[in-house]
Amino acid sequence: MNMFLRSVSAEFAKIFTTRLWWILAIVLFCYIGLLAGGLAALFAGIQTGVISPDAVNTGGGAVSFGSLPPLVYSFASSVGYVFPVLIGALATTGEFRHQTLTPTFLATPRRGLVLGAKTVTLVLVGAGFGVVALTASVGIGGGVLSAFGVDALLLDSETWLLVARTLLAMGLWAAIGVGLGVLVPNQVASIVIVLAFTQFVEPLLRLAASFLEVTAKIGNFLPGAASDALVGASVFTMASPAGTAPLGWWQGGFVLLGYAVAATVIGYAVSWKKDVT
Amino acid sequence: MPTGAVIEFRSISKRFGGVAAVNDLSFTVEPGRVTGFLGPNGAGKTTSLRILLGLVAASSGTATFGGVRYRDLPHPLKTVGAALEAASFHPGRTARSHLGVYAIAAGLPRTRVMEVLTQVGLAAHAAQRVGGYSLGMRQRLGLAYALLGDPGVLVLDEPINGLDPEGIRWIRGFLRDMAAEGRTVLVSSHLLSEVQQSVDDVVIIARGELVHLGPLSSLDTDAAPLTIVDSPDRENLKAALTAAGIAFSIGRTGLLAATGDPALLGHLAFAAGVELSVLHRQKAGLEDSFLALVGGGHTL
Ligand SMILES: Nc1ncnc2c1ncn2[C@@H]1O[C@H](COP(=O)(O)OP(=O)(O)O)[C@@H](O)[C@H]1O
Ligand SMILES: [Mg+2]
Repeated sequence: MNMFLRSVSAEFAKIFTTRLWWILAIVLFCYIGLLAGGLAALFAGIQTGVISPDAVNTGGGAVSFGSLPPLVYSFASSVGYVFPVLIGALATTGEFRHQTLTPTFLATPRRGLVLGAKTVTLVLVGAGFGVVALTASVGIGGGVLSAFGVDALLLDSETWLLVARTLLAMGLWAAIGVGLGVLVPNQVASIVIVLAFTQFVEPLLRLAASFLEVTAKIGNFLPGAASDALVGASVFTMASPAGTAPLGWWQGGFVLLGYAVAATVIGYAVSWKKDVT
Repeated sequence: MPTGAVIEFRSISKRFGGVAAVNDLSFTVEPGRVTGFLGPNGAGKTTSLRILLGLVAASSGTATFGGVRYRDLPHPLKTVGAALEAASFHPGRTARSHLGVYAIAAGLPRTRVMEVLTQVGLAAHAAQRVGGYSLGMRQRLGLAYALLGDPGVLVLDEPINGLDPEGIRWIRGFLRDMAAEGRTVLVSSHLLSEVQQSVDDVVIIARGELVHLGPLSSLDTDAAPLTIVDSPDRENLKAALTAAGIAFSIGRTGLLAATGDPALLGHLAFAAGVELSVLHRQKAGLEDSFLALVGGGHTL
């Protein structure tokens, strides 16, 4: 156990002794702040009638987005989840790329333990990214909602449960990143997969799956859908036409965990325990 | 003062796909001495050392420190310090944070970081990103990593590559000091001349196999001796040598005959009626013996 804790602190030191973490954190904050703030203004404007429905071409009539605050706050994970995946994937692929597996395994020859320590570390770092993203979505998004006279629900326990589940989701996404990194140790390939999958492939798959009830049920198990189910709100689920019931929040959590465990275990076998030459 | 353990390679073999990188390699390395692990590029030195350190899995055989495999050592960095050929650094990290990471992982006091950086002469560059380091500075940083746990055993892969003359002089003294303190020092090189001033023992491999093992001085006598012989009538001298079955090559100062016995050549020439202009034994240097052993140099 002692050895494990030392490994965890070494993994933390690895993250915080290079510039990547704060660059990603700043970009994450700005991105989510902009989206949450901008869309909060748009939705709240429409809902409160400040912006006329005709102006946004919704076909007229009363528009309801359900409760706005959870929707706005969930941008932290529904859009921001790519950041923990990236830092997780970079943390593992960087070891291959810079050949730092050599000093790492010399200091701690038990490789499974090192990978476990890395996962634990990145789950916490991912949750830290969750804090950054939520600060942006709740702070800026909530501020804009209040400015439009919409109750930001900051004293509502539901809001804080959503915050807690978002932190969990962001941590699990970082673990998925670690798993992806051992599965695809080539850094460039890994980053391309992360970006292509999260930004194009999965959103399209979710949209395509949502039109039929059968495929919608399968689509619920896509990682992004599972994450939204865990968090409990998302701009993506709002937009789904077939309206199948999503997974329960804990089911979504287990699906995410399943992806992380599967990728990590398979990756351990295909790259982590192989010869370091 | 940490004392060294005996390094033992027992029948180590390693195949990469179809390539036999190391084949049935066995030898031991004693504490208190500097052992040179020599062989031309591609001989299998790095592979052997990585197997010893548990980074590469041997196809068969075992390699141990005092009977214990690397991965079973209770305190690996305090027992064995290793610097391997490849530069293993994140370029964005400073030397101090690079070493700091591994000091934490190995449970070593953080004060060791500046101590070893000072020891290898990098204290002034401790806060510099490693990406800006020269090859020689990277070598020193690799060495600093090896020293982090003040280990009794040092395993260094080509540590002299890329060092400037001052660095080379420094590392020679450093290797001698480490052995004098009772540590086990195993240092690889593809050039005997690079290490011959610092090693006590040599282990020579070629094409993955052991070809010679013993004290440095053993290279002197093992060598195939040469005698330089020449004549104004070179064609007849060649014919006489060929008739007597003595191999030779044509050197700058005469024929290089593969025998250590000048009297034999004198007799042959006399019997063949060939006048000699040169006849003396050439004492082969260590480097010649080395090249003859690994088959990379002159064929006699
Ligand atoms: N990862 C690898 N995959 C395939 N072949 C390898 C690998 N590493 C080394 N080799 C081969 O093994 C042999 C020994 O290499 P190496 O141990 O690096 O030699 P040295 O360090 O003595 O120069 C070489 O033929 C090399 O090409
Ligand atoms: Mg080598």
